[in-house]
Amino acid sequence: MSTTASYTVPSEAPAKAAPPAKKAMHPATKSKIIMTVIGWTVSLLVFFPIFWMILTSFKTEVEAVQTPPSLFFHPTVENYAIVQERADYFRFAMNSVVVSLVSTIAALILAVPASYAMAFFPKPRTKDLMLWMLSTKMLPPVGVLVPMYLLWRDLNLLDTRTGLIIIYTLVNLPIVVWMLYTFFKEVPKDILEAGRMDGASPKQELWHLLMPLSLPGIASTALLAIILTWNEAFWSLNLATSQAAPLPTFIASFSSPEGLFWSKLSAASTMAVAPILIFGWMSQRQLVRGLTFGAVK
Amino acid sequence: MDKARFAIGAAGLTAALLATTAGAQAQTTLTIATVNNGDMVVMQKLSSAFEEQHPDIKLDWVVLEENVLRQRVTTDIATKGGQFDVMTIGTYETPIWAKQGWLVPFDNLPEGYAVDDILKPVREALTYEGKLYALPFYAESSMLFYRKDLFKEAGIEVPDQPKWDEVKGWADKLNKPGEEQYGICLRGKPGWGENMAFVTTLANTFGGRLFNEQWEPQLDSDAWKKAVTFYVDLLKEDGPPGASSNGFNENLALFSTGKCAMWVDATVAAGLLSNPANSQVADEVGFAKAPIASWPKGANWLWAWSLGVPATSDSVDAAKTFVEWATSKDYIKLVADKEGWVAAPPGTRESTYASQDYMKAAPFAEETLAAIQSADPVNTTEEPKPYSGVQYAGIPEFQGIGTMVGQMIAAALTGQMSVDQALQSAQSSTERTMRQAGYFDK
Repeated sequence: MSTTASYTVPSEAPAKAAPPAKKAMHPATKSKIIMTVIGWTVSLLVFFPIFWMILTSFKTEVEAVQTPPSLFFHPTVENYAIVQERADYFRFAMNSVVVSLVSTIAALILAVPASYAMAFFPKPRTKDLMLWMLSTKMLPPVGVLVPMYLLWRDLNLLDTRTGLIIIYTLVNLPIVVWMLYTFFKEVPKDILEAGRMDGASPKQELWHLLMPLSLPGIASTALLAIILTWNEAFWSLNLATSQAAPLPTFIASFSSPEGLFWSKLSAASTMAVAPILIFGWMSQRQLVRGLTFGAVK
Repeated sequence: MDKARFAIGAAGLTAALLATTAGAQAQTTLTIATVNNGDMVVMQKLSSAFEEQHPDIKLDWVVLEENVLRQRVTTDIATKGGQFDVMTIGTYETPIWAKQGWLVPFDNLPEGYAVDDILKPVREALTYEGKLYALPFYAESSMLFYRKDLFKEAGIEVPDQPKWDEVKGWADKLNKPGEEQYGICLRGKPGWGENMAFVTTLANTFGGRLFNEQWEPQLDSDAWKKAVTFYVDLLKEDGPPGASSNGFNENLALFSTGKCAMWVDATVAAGLLSNPANSQVADEVGFAKAPIASWPKGANWLWAWSLGVPATSDSVDAAKTFVEWATSKDYIKLVADKEGWVAAPPGTRESTYASQDYMKAAPFAEETLAAIQSADPVNTTEEPKPYSGVQYAGIPEFQGIGTMVGQMIAAALTGQMSVDQALQSAQSSTERTMRQAGYFDK
């Protein structure tokens, strides 16, 4: 209800034309503006470190450490030239692409049937099983570094893409299963039952009914798994040396114990995040659609 | 006809593949784990000269951040992972790993290598039971850096051997926080290789030691209390804000942008501060010996980044050949020819300091040499000690102990606890670790 609707001229007041009432903002519009401002503020806050990293990558080392930091300076691309000269960016990037894509596909191949079974044929211990799967994410990775390292050594998986693909598949599997489980739960059971009535086998039910229906969810899960794998540093730094080393290893090589390195490190980081940033940008509609899948029925 | 062509083509391809495989088998690839610093970057750049001299050896560099490198190579060598043929290690790791049998000794160095040319303290720090287990590519001690222009303006003359109480007076005089000029910058970031490297040398010169001859920690001794109280007061009164977050690089940034009047840290900073490309005060940097307090020894540390060959390497001979090349006199000459004498790896060889060209190019060379030669890992402390090392104790437990004590001292610096509380807490925790490790029973 508008606040101006109840405005009346007092009866004893001289009859003269009332001043034009200031049109108050509609509450819905007001809240929309507030939400927009909050949204932009949060986005800028989240994006600021990336912006600063990109800015620093165009500074000299001395400018990079200056206090107060300078916003206006003569940009230089020298850091990018040094980074490319000292390390083969494309070799690291190719490893990142292969490892993140293959491990995501492998995780999906394992997780889709598992989530389907848990979502539509739950057993009394299903919830416990899911919690147990998630509990593996609660352990700091360094706690299992030595056994994993020994295992990888004995299986000849150290510094191989296969070794990294296996570890990333295992690391991402709990999250992928959980996300897919949540998405599959949103699919009405009736549709699957109708399919069953028409004689669809579980495989057909999964392939022809469930997967097309939850494609946005599967896509956003895959995107998230790719992003998580791309940015993972602990296992790549410890299990890959040179041949299979992905981009986090490339970034780490530009940190120096003795000497200024911020601008070169920023250039290396910008080069490392650029592909995944562009990829995320291009697929953001799919990602948001997937993450809000089933939110409004 | 087509089939015949196909057969000839297939045979040719197979032959080519076999030839490639045979060629690949003849070539040895060495995987070198190293740290990212100026000297290693130069070495990486110049390593093509080695590959030209040794066409059967290919070098594969793995450059890592210092802490990551330490964790990575320790995991690999302890689990016999065999991922690396050459490892970059320091004076701390070398004797400990040698004792475990993890490193290959350099006991048959060719005469041309001139092992006696390596500075004695560095050579001794890398020796275990009479054998060298790593060869140094650069070594450092610690010294005092000061701003000559500010000192001249204030009428301060720096003596040959500065004392800590004099340094405090100068810092008080030159501390002008309103102008963003701080009296002194020192390491505050916790870590056994960070604040503890400095604080331990300070405690040494105040008459302290880390352990007594029975391996009992001495962190709550009067000498440690005096040293840490002095350090905390000095940084609180004359240091930059947020000093507890400052390590080598942060202080390098502060000094090189003109924010510090003095700085006590690694001698390797001298070259960085004197380079106008990285330092706004390149022409105004003065060098002096690390200050002392009541005891004249142990005030300056000793560290050498060195190359070692793990026993798990499949190519020990090729790896040793590379390490000998990379730490030789000829390599230093190659750096001087290609990059200029100022870029020559410091602190390793007497012949470097005998070169007039180097002495002319590096104004800090004399002080660096004096600092390294005076650093004695064995006779450091006023009272006898059972361990080797100036700024650390050469035992496997020290990394954990040093980092924990460093955190307590950083807490005292930020005011979270008093110096007494910090040292008491550090003492109890170190006692527990040493007892669990079996150094003593009580």
